[in-house]
Amino acid sequence: MSAAAPAAAAQAAIAAPDAARDFRIAFAIMTALLIAAPFVVYPVFLMQALCFALFACAFNLLIGYVGLLSFGHAMFMGFAGYIAAHLAKVGSIDFTLPLIGVGPHWRFGPLPPLVAIAAGVVCSALLGLLVGALAIRRQGIYFAMITLALAQMVYFFCLQAPFTHGEDGIQSVPRGKLLGIDLSVDLSMYFFVLAIFLTGFLLIYRIIHSPFGEVLKAIRENEARAVSLGYSVDRYKLAAFVLSAALSGLAGATKSLAMQNASLTDVHWSMSGEVVLMTLIGGLGTIFGPVVGAFVIIAMLQYLSPFGQWVTIMQGVIFVVCVLAFRRGVIGELAAVWRKSL
Amino acid sequence: MRLTTATAIAALTLGAFGAQAQDKTVKIGNLNDMSSLYADIGGPGSTLAAQMAAEDSGLVAKGWKIEVIGGDHQNKPDVGGSIARQWYDVDNVDLIVDTPNSGVALAVSQITKDKNRVFLNSGAASSDLTGKACSPNTIHWTYDTYALANTTGKAVVKAGGDSWFFLTSDYAFGHALERDTEAVVLASGGKVAGKVRHPLNTPDFSSFLLQAQTSKAKIIGLANAGGDTTNSIKQASEFGIASGGQQLAALLLFVNDVHALGLNVAQGLTFTESFYWDLNEQTRGFSDRFAKRSKGGAKPSMVQAGTYSAVLHYLKALEALGGNPKDGAKVVAKMKEMPTDDPIFGKGTIRQDGRKIHPVYLFEVKKPAESKGPWDYYKLKATVPADEAFRPMKDGGCPLVKG
Repeated sequence: MSAAAPAAAAQAAIAAPDAARDFRIAFAIMTALLIAAPFVVYPVFLMQALCFALFACAFNLLIGYVGLLSFGHAMFMGFAGYIAAHLAKVGSIDFTLPLIGVGPHWRFGPLPPLVAIAAGVVCSALLGLLVGALAIRRQGIYFAMITLALAQMVYFFCLQAPFTHGEDGIQSVPRGKLLGIDLSVDLSMYFFVLAIFLTGFLLIYRIIHSPFGEVLKAIRENEARAVSLGYSVDRYKLAAFVLSAALSGLAGATKSLAMQNASLTDVHWSMSGEVVLMTLIGGLGTIFGPVVGAFVIIAMLQYLSPFGQWVTIMQGVIFVVCVLAFRRGVIGELAAVWRKSL
Repeated sequence: MRLTTATAIAALTLGAFGAQAQDKTVKIGNLNDMSSLYADIGGPGSTLAAQMAAEDSGLVAKGWKIEVIGGDHQNKPDVGGSIARQWYDVDNVDLIVDTPNSGVALAVSQITKDKNRVFLNSGAASSDLTGKACSPNTIHWTYDTYALANTTGKAVVKAGGDSWFFLTSDYAFGHALERDTEAVVLASGGKVAGKVRHPLNTPDFSSFLLQAQTSKAKIIGLANAGGDTTNSIKQASEFGIASGGQQLAALLLFVNDVHALGLNVAQGLTFTESFYWDLNEQTRGFSDRFAKRSKGGAKPSMVQAGTYSAVLHYLKALEALGGNPKDGAKVVAKMKEMPTDDPIFGKGTIRQDGRKIHPVYLFEVKKPAESKGPWDYYKLKATVPADEAFRPMKDGGCPLVKG
């Protein structure tokens, strides 16, 4: 043990430039595949998978690098989706109080896609600030339960608020135009979604490998020691939580425009569970893992849908197999075999 | 050489024309609730009904290739919408049929319009499908909330039920049914004492039923469907609603619901449908053939029978066009042009706003002593003629009508 430790440290020091090179190669392969994909696979399916991949990456930022298991991440994704869909379709903000009938009310008409998505991201970041400030005061299972409870409140709000249209959701959301390009064509929308996904993905990579990210990892490994080193742990946790919420919102807002609807499915607690599954199958704490996990799960949902409710059971079996047989997830196992960090 | 080239070009052109005129492949998708509260009403039974229509059309013998597939929308508009999109984009589906759940139906109707295919709705109820949300690619076939409200609502108020409390399913369908019924009740001189909305697919109605009980309204109007209706009726009988002097009005009840409830619980309920298997010789003939192939020998519901009727007429229109033009609006226009005639609804027409017109019936559930056995459940109380059953076209607000 004592002999192995310096050796491992030396290896890590050598591995650092290697890791950056490995990332560049893997990133180039992924980008190339994603650029070629829509010419082979149905683009709408790919858009959906990309949005979930970004969602899973944002979730992984929290659980994989800070060690916080949020069980309410669907609220950020779903809520941002509603905001973006509403602004892109109707374009009004209404704070009229239900009983008194007065309050600020603005109507400005449908907004362009980027503005609608940005508004969704801002809303989910604010929501993340609120939820995070409450939740990070507790750890472990209590943290998870607080996020779940608050997510259920957001779900109820989305069920009852007039602008979300309850069970029907917001339907036929226009995709709009970007720089004169008509996004209602599936292929142009796909590349728009791909650009957003890659931006979000690189941002997450940058966060993880910044000094800020190093502190997050230190908190994950040993929170007490990070405190003793003088880091204000709560602030770091809150910042990570807000970043993760905002990126989940980016995924949700983009998805509601790409799929042209915002519905209760995306704020439901089962979506919070689905994202845990995606991250676990792909590989917790690996940067490419959640992307692979999201594609696996979404492909399953898509191609197994003729089996109806059996899909949930199949998902459960896959989850059990994954936990028993390859606990590090698809990418985690590959990384271990190739001795690379992916 | 020149001759051969000319012949080749001629042959190719002819071939191309021939292929265009003789595209005789049709793909029909039954987008349905396959496993939850509406699965008995539509579900796999509607796939069977569509298949029977394809067989009965006689087109297969004339060299047509007709394929029927099914999909489960899980009562989620987003799931239904993405299946519809994929069917149209990837699987080359020409026609989507049935689709109970008004929320999903409204989403599918919009996508069908965008992709210029055909949507023949049998299972969803919202009258908005031929009102403000009408589309040149959609026909609403079997019934709608207006027809239900107009027939049942009027009959109940006339029989003395002039104060109502609504128990409403909280989505597009429930809202439309409640709105249309309330209008009829008020117009007939009744009043509405209150309303409560419950989530779709609710197992426990106790708190809603208690509110209905304390409202002291004479009639508790159930603006819900399928599993929700049977659950609320069962629980109402456990709460002793009837012995307290209040009556239930099931605004939408299907023969499968009565079968599930049993006559002891369901007896005396008055409600509206546009089809019952035991109406006449033709409906009995179709229903017997259907029951031989359906799960558990179930008789067809109004929704499944409507699916059969809709697909049959669609195929007739395609035959009249001489092939599948792959142009949804054109096929629907042809369908509106041709009068309908089938064993389910008899003779009928399709209006400009996409409303299929036929008579609707007011039924009462028989007492156990009156029933001769399983599936013998209804007594016919009144028939509303086709031209009075549905909302007048000018009141719907459908943009197609003005143009």
